[in-house]
Amino acid sequence: MKKELISLRVNRRTHELAVEPSKLLLDVLRQDLDLTGSKRGCDDSSCGACTVQLNGVPMLSCTMLAASCEGQEITTVEGLADHGGLAALQKAYGDFGGAQCGYCTPGFMMTVKALLASNPDPTDEEIREALSSNLCRCTGYLQMFQAIRAALAAEQKGMKHELVGAK
Amino acid sequence: MSEFSVIGKPIAMIDAAGKTTGAGKYTDDFKLPGMLIGKILHSPYPHALIKSIDTSRAKALEGVVAVVTGEDAPNTYGILPVGHDETALAVGKVRYVGDHVACVAAVSEEIAERALELIDVEYEPLPAYFDPELSMKTEGHLIHENRPNNIEKDYHHVFGDPEKGFAEADYIAEARYIAQEVTHAAMEPHSTLANFELDPYTGTLGRLTVISSTQVPYYLQHKLSLVLEMPMSQIRVIKPLVGGGFGGKSEIIPLEIIAAVTARAARAPVKITYTREEVFWAHRGRPRTIIDLKTGVKKDGRVTSVACKVIQDGGAYCSYGVVTILYSGALIGALYDIPHIRYDGYRVLTNKPACGAMRGHGTVNVRFAFESQMDEIAAKLNLNPASVRRINLLKPPTITVNGLRVLSYGLPECIDQVITRSGWDERRGKLPKGRGLGMACSHYVSGAANSIIRSDMPHSTVNIKIDRDGGVVVYTGASEIGQGSDTMTAQVVAEVLGCDLSRVRVIAADTDLTPIDLGSYSSRVTFMAGNAALRAAQDVKKNIVSAAAKRMDCAPEDVIMRGDRVYKSGTTGGGRDPGAAEILEKVDAPRGRVDGQILRGSVLQTRKDQGPKEHMSFEEAVVSAIDFHGALTGTGSYAPPVEARGGRHKGGGVGPSPAYSYSAQVAEVSVDEETGQISVHKIWAAHDCGRALNPVAVEGQVIGSVWMGLGQALQEEMVWKDGLLMNPGMLEYRSPSSEESPEIDCVIVESIDPEGPFGAKEAGEGSLAATIPAISNAIYDAVGIRLRESPFTPERVLSALRAKKGLKRIEMTEHVDPTAPTTFREHGGSLWFKGKGPMRHPLDPARQPAGTTTGGER
Repeated sequence: MKKELISLRVNRRTHELAVEPSKLLLDVLRQDLDLTGSKRGCDDSSCGACTVQLNGVPMLSCTMLAASCEGQEITTVEGLADHGGLAALQKAYGDFGGAQCGYCTPGFMMTVKALLASNPDPTDEEIREALSSNLCRCTGYLQMFQAIRAALAAEQKGMKHELVGAK
Repeated sequence: MSEFSVIGKPIAMIDAAGKTTGAGKYTDDFKLPGMLIGKILHSPYPHALIKSIDTSRAKALEGVVAVVTGEDAPNTYGILPVGHDETALAVGKVRYVGDHVACVAAVSEEIAERALELIDVEYEPLPAYFDPELSMKTEGHLIHENRPNNIEKDYHHVFGDPEKGFAEADYIAEARYIAQEVTHAAMEPHSTLANFELDPYTGTLGRLTVISSTQVPYYLQHKLSLVLEMPMSQIRVIKPLVGGGFGGKSEIIPLEIIAAVTARAARAPVKITYTREEVFWAHRGRPRTIIDLKTGVKKDGRVTSVACKVIQDGGAYCSYGVVTILYSGALIGALYDIPHIRYDGYRVLTNKPACGAMRGHGTVNVRFAFESQMDEIAAKLNLNPASVRRINLLKPPTITVNGLRVLSYGLPECIDQVITRSGWDERRGKLPKGRGLGMACSHYVSGAANSIIRSDMPHSTVNIKIDRDGGVVVYTGASEIGQGSDTMTAQVVAEVLGCDLSRVRVIAADTDLTPIDLGSYSSRVTFMAGNAALRAAQDVKKNIVSAAAKRMDCAPEDVIMRGDRVYKSGTTGGGRDPGAAEILEKVDAPRGRVDGQILRGSVLQTRKDQGPKEHMSFEEAVVSAIDFHGALTGTGSYAPPVEARGGRHKGGGVGPSPAYSYSAQVAEVSVDEETGQISVHKIWAAHDCGRALNPVAVEGQVIGSVWMGLGQALQEEMVWKDGLLMNPGMLEYRSPSSEESPEIDCVIVESIDPEGPFGAKEAGEGSLAATIPAISNAIYDAVGIRLRESPFTPERVLSALRAKKGLKRIEMTEHVDPTAPTTFREHGGSLWFKGKGPMRHPLDPARQPAGTTTGGER
C-alpha cells in the first residue's frame, strides 16, 4: 500500500511521517517513532496494554488508524514523566508493587492518569471501574489500588518532589 | 535496631522506573538494522501427514527473503531429556491445530502474512484424539510412534501399605474430580529476535545472538545448540525484561528456535512475535486433569491412607509432562502427615497444543481434589474443617513416606492466622442464606532438588565485581520475569556487604556475561540464586574485611560492615549518629566529589601513614582491599544438599526440594441461586515464605497467586471443540478484570528456614493451589452443593443447584451433573460455545461437512 504523509502530534512534539493509510497508531508509535512504551498485549482491544491518550481521553492505539489521529494531541507513557522525574503515580506504582512484570503498566498509567485528571478524588468503586479497561496477570490489581491512593495523597500534600527524590 | 538493614523492608523493585515510564525494553521493543519480520504458518488440522509443501510461490513474492520448513532443521529437542519429541517446524506430520509448519521472513509483517497464503501444503488427515481416556485405548495412528497407546508416561507408586491404611479407616471418601484446562496468558506475547554475526576468519555465519522472552536462557542456549548443531559457546542468549511467565516461558517455545533457523536461512536478523491467538496455541499451560481420589480417615479425621489416580490430557508433545505427572503424585506428600499413599499417574498424548508447566506445576488440580475431599470428610464426620487439617499436621523435621524432607513448617501458624482473621469460628454457619466460608491449604517446592538434566553442577552461581568506585556489580544467570529476582539478588548482596542498595547493579541472564543458572521455574530463584548471591557476597567480603582489619588494626572478626560503613565492633561506626556523621563527612567520605581513583589512592596512602582508623566509608574499605588484594571479585554457588534430593524409586527425583512453602486460606463467597453466579467477597491468605526478604514483593506474589487461582476457580477455561480452541483471546478466555477481583488479606508467616538465604523460601506459587478448593468449599458451605468440576461457572453452579432441588434440568451442561463429573466434554460441557467460534482457515476441521472430520472418536 502506498504511503502518505501525515503529521502527528505526540507528547507535545510534531512529527511528519510517511505511513500506509492502513497502519495502526500503535505500530507507528512503536516502529516509526521508537516509542516502545506502549505495548501490544492482544490484537483486538481486549487488554489495554496499548492505551494512549488522545486529547486526554484514554484510547486503544492497537485498533486505531494512525492517519485518523492527525490534529489530535497524543500522549504516550513516555510523555508522562514529571519534568524529567517520575510522576507521583509512577513512583507509587513502584513503591507499592503496582507493577510486577511491568508489561501492562504503561497502559495502566495512561488509564489512571486520565481518571485522576477528570476525577481528582475517586471512590474505590470508581477506581475499580476505571481499571477494568486494562488487564494485568501478575498483581490481582490490589497493590495498584494502594499505589493510586498513595499517589493521590502525595499529590494532595504537594509532596511530589519529595517523592521524586526519595531512595 | 533491626537485625538487618536492607532485607525485610518493603522496597520498590530496582527496575520499577523502567516499567512505569515505558523505558524498560522487552524483546519486541528491540530492532536491528536490516531486521526482517518472521511469520509462521500453522496447521489447520489436529492430526495429519504432510504430503508435500511447496514454498515457491511464497519465495517469489517481492519482499520475501526466506521461507523455511521442517526439513531446514529436523533435529529433535524438548525441555526434558526423556521428551525430545519436537522439531522447530513440523517434519512429515502435524499433531495439533496450530502446530508450526513453515516460517516466512520478509521485509514487513504485511508481506510475510501475504506470503503465508502462498505456501501450498498438502495434508492427509489422520484420526485425531481429544479425550485422554479414549486416546489411551488407541493402538493405531499413534501421535508419536514410540509412545504406545498414546501414553507419554505412566507411574505407579506405592508408599507404605495403602490397603492396610484403608482397612484401619473408619470412613472412606471416594470421588472423581475434573479440572478444566487453563493457560498462563502472560501479558507479553512470546517474542524472539535472532541474529548471526559473520565470522571474521571464515567469512561465513558465525556467532548467534538471540534476544528472547524466556524464563530459561541457559536451556534455550542448550536446545539451540542441539537444533542448529552449533557449540553452546557460539550462542549468546539475552533475556531482557520479560512481561510475565507463570511457566509459559519456562521451556523452549517453537518460535525461539524458528527465529534462529529463519535468521540462518535469511542471513539477516529475524524477529518473530506471536499474536495473542498464537500464544494460546503455543500454550504449555495446566492440563485438564481427571483425579480419582480415595481418602481413608479415622473418626477424628486423622488420614490413614490415600489412593489417587491422575490422568492428564497432555496435548501433542511431552513438554514438561513427565515432571507434571510426577509432581501431581509427589506433592500429595509434604503438606500433611499421610502414612500410606498409592499413586497412579498417566500422562496422555492428545491432538491438542502441548501442556507444560504452569504456576503451581502439577500440584494445583490434585490439591483441588484433595482439599475438597477433606472438606467432604469433615462434613460427613461432623468435624470442623480446620481441626481436620490440624490433626493431620506434620511434625518436622521429618521425611515423609514418599521421601520428601521437611525442615521449616509454618502451616500451623498459617491456619491459626486465617482462622482468626476471617472470624472462622464465630461466623461460620451464621452467615446469611447463600453466603459461606471455606478453607483449604497448599504448599510448594522452593526449587527442585534435582535438575532437569541430571548432573552434579551447581544449580545457581553468582559472581560479584567491586571496583575502586565502590560500585558493586552482581552477575547472575537468574531470570527476572517480574517476580523481583534482580531486586532480591541486590538486597542479599547489599545486606551481606553492609552497603547501600543503590551501589548494587545487577547484570542478569545473558549467557555471555553471567554464570550459569537453571532459570526461573519451580520457585527456585530466591532459595537457590539467593543462596549463591549470599555466598558470593561473603566471598568478596572476606577480602574487604581482612584489608579493613589491617587498616583499623583489629582482628577480622571485629570488623563490621553495615549502613554503608566499615568499622570496629564496639565503635559507633560513625554512620548513624548525626553529629558524628557530619564530622566524618569532612574527614573521610569523598562521596559526591569528583575525586579520581588515582587521586583517592594517594589520599589513602597519606592516611595510611597517619596510622590506624576506627571506621571507614564503604568505598575507602574497597580501595584498601584492592590495594591489598588486587582485583576484588567473589563467586558463590548453590546446589541442594544430598539429604534433600529424595527417595530412590523411579520418578523419585521430582518433588524433593530443599524447602517447602505453606499456605492456608479462607474464602468468603455468596451464591446467586437464580443465576448461578458466584461472588467472592474476600480471601484471607497466610503464606509461610520462610523470611520475607522484601515484604511488598512477597505480598505481590501471594496476592497474584491467589488471584490466578481465583481465575481458574471461577471463570478461566480453555474450551475445546475437535481440538480447536474456541476462545483464543483475553476476553473470551475471561481473564479476571479489576471488577472481578476481590479483596485479599495477605498475611506473611515467617518460619525461618535453616537452609534458605536469611531463612527465605518460595513465595510465588504455593498459594495458588489452595484458592480453588477454598472457594469450592465455601460454595458448599453457602448452598450445599459440592462442585467436583472446575471452573465453577454459572452454568455449572446452576445445574448443580437445580439437580439438588430436583428441578427440571436446563440445557446448559449437556445433562451432566458437575457435582459428579465423569469425563471431559466438548465445549467444556458448556453449550455456550457450541457452533460458535471464530472464522478460521478454509481447511479448518470445524468447517468441514460431517463425515469428513478428522475426529478419531464419537
